[in-house]
Amino acid sequence: MMATTDRAMDIAVRHATYVIFAAVLIYFGAQVPSFLMPESLANIVKQSSFIGIAAIGMTFVLLTGGIDLSVGSVMFLAPLIAGYAMRELGVPVPVGFAVALGAGLAMGLINAVFIVWLRVIPFIVTLATLFLFRGFGTWLTSSTAFDFKEDFRAFGLSSFAGIPTPILIFAAVAILAHVVLAHTTFGRQIYALGNDREAARKAGVNMRLVEMKVYMICSVCAALAGFVLIAQIGRLDAGFGEGREFDVIAAAVLGGASLFGGVGSAFGAVVGATLIQTVKLGLVFTGVNLYLQPMMQGAIIILAVLADGVREKRMQAMQKRTIRSMTG
Amino acid sequence: MTALLSLNGLGKTWFGVPAVSDLTLEVAEGRLLGLIGQNGAGKSTLMNMIGGVVQPSAGGMRWQGAPYRPQTAGDATRTGIAFIHQELNLFTNLSVAENLYIDGFPHRLGLIDWPRIRTRSTDILKRLALNVDPDTQVGRLSPGERQLVEIAKALHNDARLIIFDEPTTSLTPRETVRLFETIASLRAEGRTIIYISHILGDVQRLADDIGVLRDGRLVDSGPVGDFSVQRMIRSMIGRDLSGLFPPRTGAPGTSAVLQAQSLTQPGVLQDVSLAVHAGEIVGLFGLMGAGRSELARILFGLDPCASGSVALNGAPVPKGIAARIAAGMAFVTENRREEGLMMEAPIADNLALVSLRTFGRGLLAVMDTEAVATRTEVTRRDLMIKAGDIRTQPVKALSGGNQQKVVIGKWQMTGPRLFMLDEPTRGVDVGAKFEIYTLIDRLATEGGGILMISSELDELMGMADRIVVMNRGEVMGQMARPAFDRERILSLAFREALP
Repeated sequence: MMATTDRAMDIAVRHATYVIFAAVLIYFGAQVPSFLMPESLANIVKQSSFIGIAAIGMTFVLLTGGIDLSVGSVMFLAPLIAGYAMRELGVPVPVGFAVALGAGLAMGLINAVFIVWLRVIPFIVTLATLFLFRGFGTWLTSSTAFDFKEDFRAFGLSSFAGIPTPILIFAAVAILAHVVLAHTTFGRQIYALGNDREAARKAGVNMRLVEMKVYMICSVCAALAGFVLIAQIGRLDAGFGEGREFDVIAAAVLGGASLFGGVGSAFGAVVGATLIQTVKLGLVFTGVNLYLQPMMQGAIIILAVLADGVREKRMQAMQKRTIRSMTG
Repeated sequence: MTALLSLNGLGKTWFGVPAVSDLTLEVAEGRLLGLIGQNGAGKSTLMNMIGGVVQPSAGGMRWQGAPYRPQTAGDATRTGIAFIHQELNLFTNLSVAENLYIDGFPHRLGLIDWPRIRTRSTDILKRLALNVDPDTQVGRLSPGERQLVEIAKALHNDARLIIFDEPTTSLTPRETVRLFETIASLRAEGRTIIYISHILGDVQRLADDIGVLRDGRLVDSGPVGDFSVQRMIRSMIGRDLSGLFPPRTGAPGTSAVLQAQSLTQPGVLQDVSLAVHAGEIVGLFGLMGAGRSELARILFGLDPCASGSVALNGAPVPKGIAARIAAGMAFVTENRREEGLMMEAPIADNLALVSLRTFGRGLLAVMDTEAVATRTEVTRRDLMIKAGDIRTQPVKALSGGNQQKVVIGKWQMTGPRLFMLDEPTRGVDVGAKFEIYTLIDRLATEGGGILMISSELDELMGMADRIVVMNRGEVMGQMARPAFDRERILSLAFREALP
């Protein structure tokens, strides 16, 4: 049996991100009480939705032990294709929405075919498609900004029952992803596959199908994330989404996802994305030099990963095989 | 009584080498069959054939009288056969209940029906007197509890034949007692069990019938009452060894290369002392889990050791692996695919790996590729590695025996004083074994001290000047070549007292 302090430590280490989150909220709240007002909190969640939605998708991929570097380019290309459909073909916003998701699905399928059927490692495949997808978009726009129609922006700024649409979409994606991961056979198979591929194969898991789906889900989420943010801005710059894949991976990892697979959750990704945004806004509120913000993001990730390392070490100590009984 | 599973002339040949041949055996319903044999007697191959992992090359199997030809592990499970391996097949990141159900969750309204899973899992766990919540993550359970989860999986799949393969290796004595109680209750339910173990006392206590395997054949069988421990040991051993080993060309010297004193690491080693002299081959024998590899890892500095001392050539060994290599230690690991070799890299690169720093030239230590090529070519010829161009040919293209020579060769290039060889001939065919033995003999004749770890007693008796026997992390005894006595070594390894 573990001692009480040991147990408390164990819980703190296992939920390090939540502990850090609480500490950050308390700290900024103590500095500037208005930081904890509902409006500013709602603002944080709204601004987190962009990275958050994509991080939820990324979590699916990370759970299998894979990675997707192309999400930044998918965020750019999917809304762009939807934009052309809306501007040139005059389709209404809901159809444009479907077009963006369809484009995301197609891009995910391209990744999946190379990774699952041609067995190229995910890092290389998605690094290649990162350039391919962005290059295709740059060629379409000749590297100029793309302006959307007014009704599109109206959608982005709309709200339902007083809650901004981006937050609603963020919540819907999070709940849906949680249900899929925690309450469907597909979801549990993702975890099994990430833990032990060989054992999963023996247990009759259709590995190819699971992996295909995972990359498609990731790209659809990235497309959705891009669509929702662009709908708020109304304009798509040539460099939109560039480098965002790292924000997305950082949010997922901060939320507890392991790059080795098998560990992570949808709500973890939500918390990770929201935590990063909280720190960003908190630094604005407290008037800290804005250029310090990336360093803070780095520090928080290191802290979370450190906690993960400690947790992993404890697990291993528990599993260490002994030849002799420790007493005799 | 009808036979639940019967094997008729079952055989399996690996690349011309028979692992199991002409094996005929009946497992009667409701009985417990204890299966024993030395390492390499063919037990694993037999189990893999029953489990559908390996297809037999001769003979056939019957399940309740009907032909049984499993193609996959799933076929065996569906038939009603469950395996409890030493290495458990559990997902550590999933809950106990999920591990039971991973190959088929029940659904309700499109989602997993958790209440039903929990109820049924709780039922099964209760039957096994395993007092954990079905929602507990398997990664948080002890080895003994995990094994019970595997047994729970067998019950969940309603297995009628449960095969235990060395189930007590990683269990504490208390967990072992509990396992035996569980086995008793499984038998009370009328389930049939095959129990494979190196612990002869356990087999004698648990089994109704005993089968002894040697060289892939069933050499002895009968009701347990007819078997004394002596008869078990005698049946497991015995064969003519002449011609399998090269003659020893040198004689051991008197100066100690390695001197280990009272090494103790809680849970791993207990008061282990060991000496290896120049020119001497010391064989380290023990069963699986005796702590042989663990001792080598501690000597090499890979694992921590709480107390005791290690001296190399009379001086205390330095800390750290790099320093120990520099001081003259070499370690050929038991797992050459994963630890010893870069399979995709050319042979020459593998050979040069350990001595890379000696090829650096100038301030930036730029590799002198010409010197590397010349030196590795010398080693290739020296060790008679059968390869084409060693600068381009990847190691994975070599046979097992030649791969092992590359591993030994890369260490030999550093000119070590002490060689630790862990299972140097594992997965190597008979002809290549002889060449590796010759190589080991030469390393000793050239003045090196050799610590040779092996599960094959024959090979140690053929090669070693002295054999040290371990059991559960302790040295049980040792004997010099003139006094080699197979029965005595085995009884030390099995920790069974002989009259």
